[in-house]
Amino acid sequence: MLIKKGAEASLYLETWHNRKVIMKKRLPKKYRIPELDQTIRSQRTAYEPNIIHKAKEAGVPTPTIFMVDVADANIVMEFVEGKQVKEVLDSVSSEERLRLSRLIGRIIGRLHKHGIIHGDLTTSNMILTPHGKVVFVDFGLSERSKELEPKGVDLHLMKRALHSTHHKHAKECFKAVMEGYAEAVGKEKTKKVTAKIREIEKRGRYVAER
Amino acid sequence: MPANKSTDSYCLGIESTADDFGAAVVSFEGKVLSNANDAYMPKKGGIHPREAARHHAAVSEKVLAEAFQTAAVKPQDIDLVAFSQGPGLGPCLRTGATAARALASYLDVPLVGVNHCVGHIEIGKLATGAVDPVTLYVSGGNTIVSAFEAGRYRIFGETLDIAIGNCLDVFARAVDLKQKRGVPFGAVVEELASKGEKFVSLPYTVKGMDLSFSGLLTAAVQAYQSGQYSVEDVCFSLQEVAFSMLTEVTERALAHTEKPEVLLTGGVAANRRLQSMLETVAEEHDARFCVVPLRLAADNGAMIAWAGILAYKSGVSTPIEKSYVNVKWRLEEVYAPWVER
Repeated sequence: MLIKKGAEASLYLETWHNRKVIMKKRLPKKYRIPELDQTIRSQRTAYEPNIIHKAKEAGVPTPTIFMVDVADANIVMEFVEGKQVKEVLDSVSSEERLRLSRLIGRIIGRLHKHGIIHGDLTTSNMILTPHGKVVFVDFGLSERSKELEPKGVDLHLMKRALHSTHHKHAKECFKAVMEGYAEAVGKEKTKKVTAKIREIEKRGRYVAER
Repeated sequence: MPANKSTDSYCLGIESTADDFGAAVVSFEGKVLSNANDAYMPKKGGIHPREAARHHAAVSEKVLAEAFQTAAVKPQDIDLVAFSQGPGLGPCLRTGATAARALASYLDVPLVGVNHCVGHIEIGKLATGAVDPVTLYVSGGNTIVSAFEAGRYRIFGETLDIAIGNCLDVFARAVDLKQKRGVPFGAVVEELASKGEKFVSLPYTVKGMDLSFSGLLTAAVQAYQSGQYSVEDVCFSLQEVAFSMLTEVTERALAHTEKPEVLLTGGVAANRRLQSMLETVAEEHDARFCVVPLRLAADNGAMIAWAGILAYKSGVSTPIEKSYVNVKWRLEEVYAPWVER
């Protein structure tokens, strides 16, 4: 059963060896020519489970991978019970909202500390489980890097996602995200990345303070 | 000559953001009565802002006269003057702003400063009937994926370095393509690309919702200079990679916002390959695909007039003392109370 048709892949909820699983299929995109399409799909399919594995090593909750088919661009993974953070962030109590934001910040901090750049930090890629845990589910655009620049871009994207989707609470949420981030990577590094985010914002086109 | 003066009101729109100087008369009902234009053609290289501004000043009288004549509307019948207030090239913007201020005060009518990006979105909506689209706005100066959310056109994704139109222009000049008057480089690349067959692998850079074209540009120029590939094949590959990137981020925004329409606007919207890619994606998401008509795709006065009318009708106007240009005016800074949802 198709449960989500994303830009990058389609997610199907299936039963696989008596398990409830997510099949992540990178279906061919009709708009792309086959050569480019096949390359993008196989590369991303091979890369994603690898990064998810690294994220697990960093202590980041992610779905378990059961099977990878590179040629067909198909990944079978655990179905994570819960709700998208996108759906709940605006409606929960302000206390819970800050707890979630700090938790998300801590998780991003752990990823960055281990040289993992998520690449698509939006609240629709995070699942809140019934136990209050947050699981990061989509690593389709992730990359490995220890550099400050991509970390800044990553957090900048998070900030932008909060402003475009949760504009009412974006400011307090991002502040809490950065607090959580500091818990994971320390104050010194947080200061540096915060300065980087500012720099990236100013680099954006048509920023008044530039 | 049609007699247009009735109970309707008219807005004069002046556009001078970059290489085009445009003037148009649009009725408050949304009828484009004229849309005159004169483009600055550099002898060599890209747009020199001061040279372009000089061109604008030289042609402004002629273009304005043509706008009034074609519309069969006298200057005294104008009820509102709108001008492009930014973002764009300072000297060029100032030329248009000066003309707009002078006319507004001479005719004693209100003045409205319009955000250029809003102009492209609103004219696209007017021409296609789109109401609440995800918009891909692509031109020589801008590459923006946006959608309306809580009073503003929010930016969901944009280029982190150069605009797609700029990427195509610089590539075309770097490989010595010849440009004919009135034919943009994008069209020259499109024509060559249609004859390309072999796909050359080039870097595909999407970071979340954002894009980067500078590495792609360098790689495409180098691929051509290596002598291994024909210019047709490189044009073909450049377009395929760049437009696939644009389509991917647009699809991402569409999946995220679940909007019912996709609108393609801006000068690069004229490219048929890009149109067909976006149309495919729109169909897959049950969204209506809308593309701005060719005559309103590139920078023009009509889009400024129409966005000015919308702003004015919702109570926005710009006093002369606040009509200085804003070369870095971001789309999402504009409060857009005229958009109904």
